[in-house]
Amino acid sequence: MTASRGATGRKGEAVTTTYLEAIRQGIWEEMEKDDSVFLLGEDIGVYGGAFKVTEGMLERFGASRVIDTPISETAIVGAAIGAALMGMRPVAEMQFIDFIACAFDPITNFAAKSRYRWGGGVPMVIRGPCGGGVHGGPFHSQNPEMYFVHTPGLKVVAPATAYDAKGLIKAAIRDDDPVIYLEHKYLYRRIKEELPKEDYLVPIGRAAVRREGSDLTILTYRAMLYPSLEAAEVLESERGVKTEVIDLRTLLPLDREAILGSARKTGKVLVVHEDTRTGGIAGEITAMINEEVFEHLDGPVLRVTAPDTPVPYSPPLEEFFLPNKDKILAAARKLNAY
Amino acid sequence: MPAKKAARRSRKKAARTRRSRAGSARTTALPVPAGPIRNHGLPREDLLAMHRYLRLNRMVEDKLTALHRQGQVVGGLYSSLGQEAISVGTAYALEPTDLLAPMIRNIGSLLVRGVRPLDLFLQFLARYDAPTHGKDGTLHFGNVLKLSLIGPISVVGSLVPVMAGAALAARSRGENRVALTYVGDGATSTGYFHEGLNFAAALRLPLVLIVENNGYAYSTTTDRQFAVGSLAEKGPAYGCAAESIDGTDILAVHAATRRAMERGRRGEGPTLLECRAMRMKGHAQHDDMRYVPNKLLEAWKRLDPIDRFEAFLIKEGHATKDDLESVARAIAPELDDAATRAQESPLPEPGEALRGVYREPGYETPWWPAA
Repeated sequence: MTASRGATGRKGEAVTTTYLEAIRQGIWEEMEKDDSVFLLGEDIGVYGGAFKVTEGMLERFGASRVIDTPISETAIVGAAIGAALMGMRPVAEMQFIDFIACAFDPITNFAAKSRYRWGGGVPMVIRGPCGGGVHGGPFHSQNPEMYFVHTPGLKVVAPATAYDAKGLIKAAIRDDDPVIYLEHKYLYRRIKEELPKEDYLVPIGRAAVRREGSDLTILTYRAMLYPSLEAAEVLESERGVKTEVIDLRTLLPLDREAILGSARKTGKVLVVHEDTRTGGIAGEITAMINEEVFEHLDGPVLRVTAPDTPVPYSPPLEEFFLPNKDKILAAARKLNAY
Repeated sequence: MPAKKAARRSRKKAARTRRSRAGSARTTALPVPAGPIRNHGLPREDLLAMHRYLRLNRMVEDKLTALHRQGQVVGGLYSSLGQEAISVGTAYALEPTDLLAPMIRNIGSLLVRGVRPLDLFLQFLARYDAPTHGKDGTLHFGNVLKLSLIGPISVVGSLVPVMAGAALAARSRGENRVALTYVGDGATSTGYFHEGLNFAAALRLPLVLIVENNGYAYSTTTDRQFAVGSLAEKGPAYGCAAESIDGTDILAVHAATRRAMERGRRGEGPTLLECRAMRMKGHAQHDDMRYVPNKLLEAWKRLDPIDRFEAFLIKEGHATKDDLESVARAIAPELDDAATRAQESPLPEPGEALRGVYREPGYETPWWPAA
C-alpha cells in the first residue's frame, strides 16, 4: 500500500473520486499531516472498516494510530475523549451510526460540556454511515443528527457531495471542538466528482447554494440534495418556478445567513430531510424563519420528511418511508400556489 | 479443618447466602478486622506529608460543611469522611506527571495534586474566579497541561474509558505515564465500568482503577449492588490484576497503588484495586442516612483512617501527639483565610453563561491556558 493510493492521484491530474474515497482521502491526508490524528473503532484496521473507509490505513500508519477496538461504543468514545483532552485528535468510527446510541452519554454529557465547564477542549470526530435506501432495516438506516443538534457544545456536519465529504472531514479533524460527522452510506459509491489535488477545507457552519433561484427555496442536506435538485429541475422546466436549492452541509451550527437570506429572497421555503418529522431540523428552521423574516414570507414554511416511524426493512415500506422527488414536487406545488 | 466441619460451614454459608438473596433485609457487611499498619519503606518526610494531606482533606471538608450550613455553598456537598486514606494514599503514590481524575469524594486527591483550598472554596461557592468561572461546581474541573488532572462529570463510571483513552494518548506519544481514577461500589454496575475496564485490559493500558467500596451507593447496600463477595473478583474476568485492600490503612493503599503503577509501567495493563472503607456521612449533605445501621457506623468509626495513621506515627516514633496536633493548628488559619477570600470573591456576571461553549479566540477559563 502506498501513500499515493491513500491521498491524491498523480501530480497535476484532477481525479474522479467517490464520496467514500473522498472521506478516506481526507482522513488519510490529515493523518499524514498531523501525528496527533489517530483512528479507533471496530474492524477499522485489519479489515479496513465495514465499508472500507479506512482501508490501507493500518499498513500505512501502524497499529498505534489505527486501533481495532472491542465492541464498546461507550469505551470507544470515552477513550477518544480522554485522548482528545490530552491534545490528540481522535477520529472514532461507529460501524453503523445507529450504534452511536450506545455512546450517547459520553458524547452529550462528557464531550459536549467539557469545554464549557472547565475549558477542557475535546477535539474529537465521531463519524459513521447514516441513512436509508439500502434496505438496512431499523438498525442500519437511521439518521440520528437531531439527538446531537440538540446538544450545545457539539458540531454536526452532513456532507452531500464528494468535495464536501473530504473538505468537511478535514475541517472536522482540525476543529478544536467535538464534531459528529454524519456520512450517508447510500452516497458512498453512487456519488463521484473530480476533486482538486491541493489541500482544501470546507468550513463548518457554512451552507452551499447548489442551484440559484428567485421563486422558491428548498433547504436540504445529505442524500436529499439529489431528489431536491431533480425536483427543482422539473419545477423550472415544467412550471417556470425558479427554485433555489441550498445544501445546509452543517446542521450545528446552522448557517443562519444563508437560510434567512434565501427566505427573504424567495418568500417561499420548503425544507426537505430524510430524518423523521417530529423534532427534525425542519422544525427548527421554520421557527428561525418565522422569528426573523416573517414579513418576507408569501406562504407557510413546508416540510417534506420521513414519517414518524422506525426505518422499515421491506423495499415497498422503505420506499414509502423515504422522501423522494415526487413528494418534494407535491409539496413545492402546494407552496407555489400561495 | 476436618472435612465434615468444613462441609457443615459451607452449608451454613450457602443458607445464609440464600436468605440474603431472597429476603427483604438488605445489608452491607461489617468491616473485616484490620491488621496493623505497616510501613513499606517510606521515609518520615513522606509519612508526615501524607498525614498533613489527610488532616487537610478532613479540615477542608469540615470548613465546607460549615459554609454549607451558612447557606454559602450553592449546590451539593459530598463528604469523604472515613475514606480520606484512599484519596491521599493513591494520589500521593503517583508521580506529578501521572494522569489523575478524581470522583466526587476525592478532594484529598486534588489537594495532593496541588489544588489549593481556595480553588475548592471558590468552586463550591460558584464564584467567577473558580476554575470553572461558576459554570460547574464541586470537583468538576481539571487542568491537563499544568496538573495532569482530568475533570469528572456526575455520571459515575464515565472516567474509566476516558482515563483509558488518556493513558492510550500518553503511550502513543512514548510517555510512560499511568492514569488513575476512581469508581465507587455502585459504579461497578455501570456499562462504563465494564466497557472501560475491558477496553483498557484488551489494549494493555496502564490504568489504575481504584474501586472505593464504601458500603453504600446512595442508599443501596452492596448486596443489592453486586453478587460477588469482593469487588476484586471482577478484575480477573477482564484479565486484569486485582487486589482488595483495607482502605482505612493509608500505607496499604499507597503500597498497592505503587504495585499497580509498576504493573502498568511494565506494560501489564490495568489493575483494579478495591479499597474497603465506609462512607461515614450521607450521600450528600441533605441525606441523613437513616438507612445505615448504627452498629455499622460504630464498627467503622473504630477504623477511622486518620486516627489509625496517627496512632501508627506515634507508636513508631515518627511524631508526637503534639506534633500531629500542631498540623491541625497550622491548617486552621489558612482555611479561614481561604474561606474569607472566597466569600469576598465576586459571582460571575450573568452574561458569562453564554461564553465558552465552543472554542472562542481570546477566551479561556483561568485553569486552561491557551495552547
